[in-house]
This record gives sequence, C-alpha cells and structure tokens, in this order.
Amino acid sequence: MLLITCPWCGPRDEIEFSCGGEAHITRPSEPEALTDEAWADYLFNRTNPKGPHAERWVHTHGCRRWFNVLRNTATNEILAVYEMGKPRPDGEGS
Amino acid sequence: MAARYSIVSLVRNAFGYHEGWQRAWRSPDPKERYHVVVIGGGGHGLATAYYLAKEHGVTDIAVIERGWLGGGNTGRNTTIIRSNYLWDESAGIYEKALQLYEGLSQDLNFNIMLSQRGVLNLAHNLHDLREISRRVNAIRLNGIDSEVLSAEEIKAMVPILNISPGARYPVLGGSLQRRGGVARHDAVAWGLARAADARGVDIVQNCEVTDILREGGRVTGVETTRGTIMADKVGIVVAGHSSVLAAMAGFRMPVESHPLQALVSEPIKPILDTVVMSGTVHVYVSQSDRGELVMGAGIDGHNGYTQRGSLPVIEHMVAAAMELFPIFSRLRMMRQWGGIVDVCPDASPIIGKTPVENLFINCGWGTGGFKATPGSGWVFAHTIARGEPHPLNAPFSLDRFAAGKLIDEHGAAGVAH
Repeated sequence: MLLITCPWCGPRDEIEFSCGGEAHITRPSEPEALTDEAWADYLFNRTNPKGPHAERWVHTHGCRRWFNVLRNTATNEILAVYEMGKPRPDGEGS
Repeated sequence: MAARYSIVSLVRNAFGYHEGWQRAWRSPDPKERYHVVVIGGGGHGLATAYYLAKEHGVTDIAVIERGWLGGGNTGRNTTIIRSNYLWDESAGIYEKALQLYEGLSQDLNFNIMLSQRGVLNLAHNLHDLREISRRVNAIRLNGIDSEVLSAEEIKAMVPILNISPGARYPVLGGSLQRRGGVARHDAVAWGLARAADARGVDIVQNCEVTDILREGGRVTGVETTRGTIMADKVGIVVAGHSSVLAAMAGFRMPVESHPLQALVSEPIKPILDTVVMSGTVHVYVSQSDRGELVMGAGIDGHNGYTQRGSLPVIEHMVAAAMELFPIFSRLRMMRQWGGIVDVCPDASPIIGKTPVENLFINCGWGTGGFKATPGSGWVFAHTIARGEPHPLNAPFSLDRFAAGKLIDEHGAAGVAH
C-alpha cells in the first residue's frame, strides 16, 4: 500500500486518495484549429513511462484537494509531492 | 521435428521411467538476421509466430522474450475464455479466438485442458438485468451462444451462491455462455511454443530488446541484450511494456499500464463447476483442476509496472466474494500476484500497423487478453505477412483514435476495466 503525503493533511494511506492520471496535460487553447491527430494525441495518448511519472492525485476522503505526485512506476517510490501548476521538480517533461 | 505426443508415446516413455522425453522446444542462439522478429514470448507472440508459419509459410522467425516463456500475463491471468462481447467488431475477433481454442489441443498436439464449463455473469440490480438482456440479444444476433438465466436457474447451477433477498448483493438473474470456460494457461504457451518450434521458429529467451533500429522511417531490426538482430519485419506483442517499446520506436500510444491482481486459495474438493463473474460487486471466480479457487481482482487506479498491486484492491474483491459465497469465508488464500496490463481508453485492443513502416503492434488487450490468444495471433500473423490487416482486426487499428471510431467495450467483462 502506498503512503502518500497530502500537502495539507500529511501522510495518509492510499485508500483515502484517487489517482487522476498523468499530470501536466494542457487542454489546447484552440481545439478547433487542431488536426484530428493532434486532438487524439491530447485526448488519448499518454507517456506511460516505466520510471518517474508525474501524476495527479486527489485526497478524496480527506481535504478533497488536488496535487501532483512524482512517483517511480517501476518501484512505487514517491519522489516528490508538489502543487498543481508548478513544473516537475526533476526538470523532465513539461 | 519433435516426436508426436500420443497414448503410444506415453506408454513407451512409461517403460523408460519417463527419462526419454525430449525437450519440447530448442533454445537456439539468435541468428544475425530474420525475416520476422516477434518481440514478446507470451501467448499472443507465440501464437503469432505459430500462425505465421502454419498459415502463411513464413518460418524465418525469431520470437524474442525478455524473461521466460509465458512468464508474463500468460502465466498470471485467471484463464477464463469467452466471446460474449457487445459490439460486432469484438464479437468477430473474440469468437474467432474461441473457435480456434476449441480445436487447439488437436491442432497443437498438446493438451491445453480446455474445459467449456460455462461462464456466468450475475445481475444484482434492475440496471444489470436490462443490460444483460440487451447484451444477450446483441450477442445472439452475432450467432454466438448466450442466454438469460433467472435467479432460480442460477441457484440450481451454483447451489453455494447466496441468492437470498436479504443478501447484501441480491442475485436477480444473469447471463450464461455455455461454450465459455477455462483452459490451462501455461499449456497454451507451451503448446504454441512447441508447435512453432517444430515449424522452424527460433524461440530466444532471456533476451531483452533495448532499442528498435530504424532507417528512413522503416524498421531494420532490434538491439538486444544478446546482440543486434536484423529483420525485415518486426511485431511488438509485449502487453504492459507496449508504451516502452513504442517510445524506442519514436511514437506515442493511447495505453496505460496498470497492475492487475489475482489470487488462489488452498485446494478444496470440487465445489464450483462453472465460472462466476460479477461486474457490479467486482469479482470473478472459478475452481482449478487442482481444487484451488482462482479469483481475479481489479486493476490499481494508478499506473504501475511493479507486478504486485495494492492490497485495498484485493480486500475489496475478497469482501465481494464472501458476500456471494459465504461458504468460502474460512478458506485461506495461498498465493497472490500481479500482472501488468495495458489498458486502452476504449477497453479494446490495438492490432495493426504503426507509424514506422514494417513495424506492427498488437497490444491494449487490457484485463482480458488470455481468451483472445489464438485469435489475436491468427489476425496478427495475417497483418505481418500481408502488410495489411485482416478484416477481423481492421477496426482495431491505432488510427481509430484519430478517426474517433472507438470500440467501447468497458462493459464487456462487466468487471475489471
């Protein structure tokens, strides 16, 4: 079981949280200007790395606030917890 | 050519104290060049190689496996086989797979222990009942056997099921596919490997692909931990690691990898002679020939490559199983494990071409790939041999996401998506 540190409530069991999937995906500002391929890339394609992965979590059964987590998907090690809107702490990706 | 298995060979080897059995397949070093390289020695990859050799006369093939044969999801699933899918596209490919399964033991000369003991899907509320009626009708229109059962008919089939009105999850009815059932998952991998090897396919284990070589938008081979292997065509059949391989070839995939867990109990006397699935309470259970109850849980909500999975997921599933089968409450669970499944946004697979020429991919089977093993290999072999998809897998192309032609099968299992 993961032990996730909510930035507001502190360390709590995984069952209190829900995962919202990959972080740092920005909705295109002009969707109508995109090609079908670019729209599908935004909508469906994911990096799905084996290693450090930036993802969104929400403390569903707690403060109900969202935040980002950098977690190694190969080991489940949580590398960083940081606010939404902030860049990845390891400088990778966008 | 390996010796045929038969009653005669069994008797002959019994007299030799079973010391004379040959190895079921060779373990060759990889050659420098093959016509086709299949990455992934699970059921789907081996089936691809087998049908390439059998149906298309292509025998200059290497199947490259990072670990050991069938050590990934092929050896980690709950062995359920069925073809009761809603949409026409899915019905086509899953029914093809079921039909191939029905003849596979004879075809491979290897007993895969197919047991068509029926697959039962339970309805616990009015919505479930209506959905089951709709699905059964759609499935029957596609010529696939399926029927609606009342709660009493289900109780007659599975007397240990709790259908009392006061139950936490009352059973109101269900659907049954009588041709569905289970097979021995390891035997499927071993049988396909032996049959492919007999047709000249090189199966190379403990060989991890580290890069996919390309030249001018065209695949030329693979870099592996056992050296460079050149190839005219390459097929990726690696389930949970599809995104990792796609990244090596420079394109992105609409799949995400999650741990999916299963567990088995201590062995008990025969008590459950069918497969019981419930989407609403989220459990599926059958009894193996050794007497163990085999139970499947759901996927972890977050991505992962750990082959372990989270405890709360199992807890949820076991709680549901106890409600349905109070008689199981004192059973001890012996083993638990996880497999990494590649889940597509529409819960349907991707089988076809990639942006790289002569590089093909077969993935996205998510939580239900075992049942499709021979059908998946059959259409993927066609796709690799001809360079174009078979009509059965044409709808499952990678570009369906840009075209918007999704095949939404989230409700197909009723569970685990």
